[in-house]
Amino acid sequence: MVARRNNKSNNLGKSSSAPSAVRSAASALKRDADGGGRRIRLIVGKSGLDGHDRGVKIVARALAEAGMEVIYTGLRQTPEQIAEAALQEDAAGVGLSILSGAHLTIFRRVRELLDERGLGDVVLFGGGIIPAEDVPALQKMGVDRVFGPGTSTAEIADYVRGRLGGGTK
Amino acid sequence: MRKPAAKNRNIGRKPSRNSGRMVKPPDRRASADGALSAWREACAASHPIGERRATLGGLHVEPIYFPVDHSAAEYAEQLGFPGQFPFTRGIHASMYRGRLWTMRQFAGFGTARETNERYRFLLGRGQTGLSMAFDFPTLMGYDSDHPRCLGEVGRCGVAVSSLADMETVFEGIPMGEVSTSMTINGPAAVLLAFYVAAAERQGVERKKLRGTIQNDILKEYHAQNSWIFPPEPSMRLAVDTFEFCAEELPQWYPISISGYHIREAGSTALQELAFTLADGFAYVEAGVARGLDVDRFAPRLSFFFDAHMDFFEEIAKFRAARRIWARHMRDRYGARDPRSWMLRFHTQTAGCSLTAQEPYNNVVRTALEALSAVLGGTQSLHTNSLDESYALPTEGAVELALRTQQVIAHETGVVSVADPLGGSYYLEELTDRLEAGAEEIFRKIESLGGIYRAIEDGYFRREIAGSAARYQREVESGRQVVVGVNRYGGGAAGPIPVLRIDPAVEEAQRARLAELRRTRDAARVRSSLDALRAAATGGANVMPALIEGAHAGATLGEMVGVLREVFGEYHELDRV
Repeated sequence: MVARRNNKSNNLGKSSSAPSAVRSAASALKRDADGGGRRIRLIVGKSGLDGHDRGVKIVARALAEAGMEVIYTGLRQTPEQIAEAALQEDAAGVGLSILSGAHLTIFRRVRELLDERGLGDVVLFGGGIIPAEDVPALQKMGVDRVFGPGTSTAEIADYVRGRLGGGTK
Repeated sequence: MRKPAAKNRNIGRKPSRNSGRMVKPPDRRASADGALSAWREACAASHPIGERRATLGGLHVEPIYFPVDHSAAEYAEQLGFPGQFPFTRGIHASMYRGRLWTMRQFAGFGTARETNERYRFLLGRGQTGLSMAFDFPTLMGYDSDHPRCLGEVGRCGVAVSSLADMETVFEGIPMGEVSTSMTINGPAAVLLAFYVAAAERQGVERKKLRGTIQNDILKEYHAQNSWIFPPEPSMRLAVDTFEFCAEELPQWYPISISGYHIREAGSTALQELAFTLADGFAYVEAGVARGLDVDRFAPRLSFFFDAHMDFFEEIAKFRAARRIWARHMRDRYGARDPRSWMLRFHTQTAGCSLTAQEPYNNVVRTALEALSAVLGGTQSLHTNSLDESYALPTEGAVELALRTQQVIAHETGVVSVADPLGGSYYLEELTDRLEAGAEEIFRKIESLGGIYRAIEDGYFRREIAGSAARYQREVESGRQVVVGVNRYGGGAAGPIPVLRIDPAVEEAQRARLAELRRTRDAARVRSSLDALRAAATGGANVMPALIEGAHAGATLGEMVGVLREVFGEYHELDRV
């Protein structure tokens, strides 16, 4: 993936980069690789204050390699920045990775902000260090699916294809 | 500034192919015999008699094993005796016969009060050192009532926004007697100031304080991502703490140069080794550039490594790390004090090796990883709890993790012998190869223009992400087996109890801060923040101003806020 910086600053990154969207060059090369249907476009991001990005980068890369158009937000995006990115990028889905324990607060807020922007049909899903017993609460607040540690990237790609594919958006 | 010693034949030299076997030029005999008797004396002086030192079957065990032909030059050069250069076999003559490693479980959650209770519980169960985990607001230098902290307060560690919080964490715990490690990086200097101030409130002298602040900002840029300021002012803050500790806190380790996070972000063992030591060299160079004598601060540098699942590779990594550090410190940086040559390290078992599936398997993984750390000669150890793929550990899970260390220490007999696997053809070969591989990576970093240019270039992040992706492919293809996940699945998952953080913690913490802001001496806070700004701008050491700020009741967010104004903020490179 190649960086697309909002501001064309030097790569020391001293200037603010929110929402620092990163577009997948790999997926650009595979434009229309899925046979003429509209390519699935989604935001993959980190909200909250934690910096654990091993998982989110692996998922972003795998979804791009599976032919989807993935916009990676970068670290520590506020719920407002995530929802705004979903609007600006006309995304069909938002996948969030949260390992800070703030999942209940952040998912709820992102769902609210998406709905406020008229993006009720944008599918919200995610993963991270999330206790199984929190999953029902997350689903109730409108999180479509929660993936736990050890999930294969193929399973996530299948889910995204099944849930967001088929020309629904 | 001292010029590094011009050149040494040991640096970057190719290890000989038969380093496990011994060649014997006669002129080395005398010095090797001298080394042996020096080691015998040091060993006899430092280990207590009492515990049984025999196998379960009753066979007597010697404190170390070495080639019968102990005069061999290669033995002296590649391995040496424990406590002697190049420290491949350990930094102490008698290793764990003299003193066990420190059992230090990383802990902290919720409010300062809850964390205080957990610490007392752990000390009561025989833990020998404390290790503070902070929540993300604290790690990022925000007060608990900052709008960006919604939902984060007390979740991943304890919230410490002021001296008052630090005092509560240590209520009833004598700060002059316990050793405390604090995992804090961007705002490390501020939390150290809170700690010093809290100890002063307990009436404990600075020179009695023992502990470590992680304070390793370089690995934040490579892997862990909890940075605040750009690299240059961050390094300046780190050196301020080196200088302050050298003057005021002689028993404190002002940095723990960390490979753990690099490894957890997906690197290989070799990358972890090489990147961490390269960072270590950068700190040495930064201290020397400040005009500090290398022997003044190098003995107080410490390290932190991961213990992952490949048993022998991990042990070889620890041994290679000691040897590389000793050689570079003596021969490249001209350190003369043997304590400057010794790489001392903390180990944590690999969080990323834990699985959410069949969580009880994690107990076994952690035990094996912990054993590798002990066989590799660690100075302190954290063992992960079986439930950490879900949340912070429950009390019961932490107790089991601590018991794992105690079983290794007291039942297995591995502590009787220093470096008991030394001399294994396989282990020595791996140790040599890791050393050679690390030297190659050091040359690569040099060719990129040094560590700061390599950071700007995204070299470390790219390398680590590449290894993480490769590992993921191996797991998904089944070539890398993870028991209970991609092989032998379907075992008992069993609902395991999970620690809950009460959402009321956040509200309580905000109220506490509001109370502090209302009752403190506003003028004193203002003048302490002005003094901090002046020190930060003018280049004076910031530690005295931070400690005065702590006593005045200035908060973490306020003091870091001043530093943000002066230093600016850092943002990620946005490369995947």
